[in-house]
Amino acid sequence: MRVALFITCFNDTLFPETGRATVELLERLGHEVAFPQEQTCCGQMHFNTGYQREAIPLVRRFVEVFGDYDAVVAPSGSCVGMVRELYPMAAELANDKKLLYEVEELGDKVFELSEFLVNKTGVTDVGAYYPHRVTYHPTCHSLRMLKVGDAPLELLRNVRGIDLVELPEAKECCGFGGTFAVKNADTSVAMLGDKLRHVLDTEAEICTAGDNSCLMHIGGGLKRQRAGVRTVHLAEILASTEER
Amino acid sequence: MTIIRHQPEKQAPPDAFSKGRTPTFEESAKESLANSQLRRNLGKATQTIRRKRAVAVAEMPDWEELREAGRALKSRTLRHLDDYLVQLEESVTRAGGQVHWARDAEEANRIIGGIAKSHDAKEVVKVKSIATDETKLNEYLEGEGIAAYETDLAELIIQLAGETSSHILVPAIHKNRSEIRELFMRELGVEDLSDEPPDLANAARLYLRKKFLSAKVGISGANFAVAETGTVCVVESEGNGRMCTTLPPVLVTLMGIEKVIPAWQDYEVFMQLLPRSSTAERMNPYTSFWTGSSQGSGDGPEEFHLVLLDNGRTDVLADEIGRQSLNCIRCSACLNVCPVYERTGGHAYNSVYPGPIGAILTPQLVGIGQSGPDSLPYASSLCGACYEVCPVKINIPQVLIHLRGKIVRHKQDEGGLMGKLDPENVAMQAMGRIFSNRKLYEGAQKAAHIGQWPLAKNGTIHRLPGKLAGWTEARDLKPVPEQTFRDWWKTRGKGSPSNGSSGDGAS
Repeated sequence: MRVALFITCFNDTLFPETGRATVELLERLGHEVAFPQEQTCCGQMHFNTGYQREAIPLVRRFVEVFGDYDAVVAPSGSCVGMVRELYPMAAELANDKKLLYEVEELGDKVFELSEFLVNKTGVTDVGAYYPHRVTYHPTCHSLRMLKVGDAPLELLRNVRGIDLVELPEAKECCGFGGTFAVKNADTSVAMLGDKLRHVLDTEAEICTAGDNSCLMHIGGGLKRQRAGVRTVHLAEILASTEER
Repeated sequence: MTIIRHQPEKQAPPDAFSKGRTPTFEESAKESLANSQLRRNLGKATQTIRRKRAVAVAEMPDWEELREAGRALKSRTLRHLDDYLVQLEESVTRAGGQVHWARDAEEANRIIGGIAKSHDAKEVVKVKSIATDETKLNEYLEGEGIAAYETDLAELIIQLAGETSSHILVPAIHKNRSEIRELFMRELGVEDLSDEPPDLANAARLYLRKKFLSAKVGISGANFAVAETGTVCVVESEGNGRMCTTLPPVLVTLMGIEKVIPAWQDYEVFMQLLPRSSTAERMNPYTSFWTGSSQGSGDGPEEFHLVLLDNGRTDVLADEIGRQSLNCIRCSACLNVCPVYERTGGHAYNSVYPGPIGAILTPQLVGIGQSGPDSLPYASSLCGACYEVCPVKINIPQVLIHLRGKIVRHKQDEGGLMGKLDPENVAMQAMGRIFSNRKLYEGAQKAAHIGQWPLAKNGTIHRLPGKLAGWTEARDLKPVPEQTFRDWWKTRGKGSPSNGSSGDGAS
């Protein structure tokens, strides 16, 4: 399938390795990947922080850049959540019926990576090899907004060599929450404290998720504690093979 | 065990519904988060009730249909609220009750105080009611020389402690039993009291029984009121509500206008949704229904007054996205699952409505443009756990985002130069422009990589300046790498084994 990669500004700038892994994985599975270079940011940070008038031009831009593709895939549950679940609200705010129609049509074609693989293309074994002890944190937006369900876990269970351990109280928010992590830093860190405790309880060496934003928060806390546990995006685990 | 004294004289601290500025959530949360006793009490209580609720809900094969029915009933009622309220007034009047309309808290308190005074009441007994907390009725009555006695055990505890409720359903959730024992010994003058729940309840019972029998006026809130029949309903667990609504000769009910439901039959839905969502019970212990006054039958109060309270509710109703907040049946399931509430407790919200529902209801009821209530929609990571459990399907994250938009627009449009020069606003405007232009965006990526050099040491940023320091207080940060993804993409094409990937833009 020909898919457009929606890299997200966050991954593009801070986590290019996740983008590279997503491209390698999709190509290995036989998909043709396009990268529309006019893409920037979906507007989630602006919209969720209340700067919604400022987000509307970014919504329009996204529709222009991605509107013509049959499938758009992103290694981020929360950015896909923005496009699929909140773009209609932005279009309503802009009082623009045409934009509303466009974002509703586009929303059906935008997928988070694991739901694209499992739900859209029916693949659960991507031929990956990853000989590490790993625990998976289901991010709130992939879990409760996109409802990807067990798709990421199905993919991980089929990874060769992996020692996958269940994360206690996995469904509880890690405390990132976008600008919440800075605006309410104390509460955010209190939530993080419990998440880290659960991660450490698994004795995993790696904590993975489908969103680098949550992982930056969890990983930042682990690193500050010199916990010796790393965070790695799901795409990077799935892209790993015996050869590399 | 003897009880020797008590007059409820302690003033509760001010909140969003009092006059004057209240602290922001962020400021108050700092204090709550550092309180280890509070963290322990709340963590234990919310996790227990959360697990029990999940079991109680899982028993119901049609739970999702019930939620949808609850939502649909509430939204239909709100669409025709004017008609249903007039119908309710007619039904209550027909059954011998009197209906009063209160535009705001002041008017409601004046009406209720007037009723008490007309009966020369110096004491009133109260059923737990958040509406009366919202109007600050107790303080008002005290000023009029009338003592209001809370009869719900938890409400009594916080009244004795001079505190405010920290939870919609279990107002003293922040206190454990040894703290309650000490409070009762000190405030009720009880000697040799253990911290066993039956002993604590018995101390409260001995104290309250006399009040039930002597008070001339009972005051309640309402969970529901049926427009068709005029029947008012209070759902409770202790029986104190039944006492207050049946023993005193005069009963006054203060009810928010959104509590009306069209027909008796609608209880079928709400009586299944409410107990399971709130206390994880299949059925709550006491459900009291009354229709009008006794009209000489000797059954129930001789005089019944229903005070219908607006106090900002019609403004909420006027907001297309915000109005779903009025669906709320005060079950508090959203508080119990909220990871923010679990850690900060209710007092950090500085409102009679704490937790996720309080974060959307409070700023709407008191109006946008005050720093305290305006901070509440930001007291959420938007994790969505509240929406998932809400029995009437209030999309709380959506309303939170909507209110954040209103707050920012209010600051930008009404905040003058200060609003425009606010550092967050300036940064957001700049980023908005950068994201709207590919060249600016790519330039900013380069600038971020170059500009971070004073901050990055050995591949890690340990400290950020200004507001962003909140991040690095407890978290390290990965610096911006030299090669962005798009840079890598541009370099690949040549010699890459890829199967014809395209680097073209779509636009």
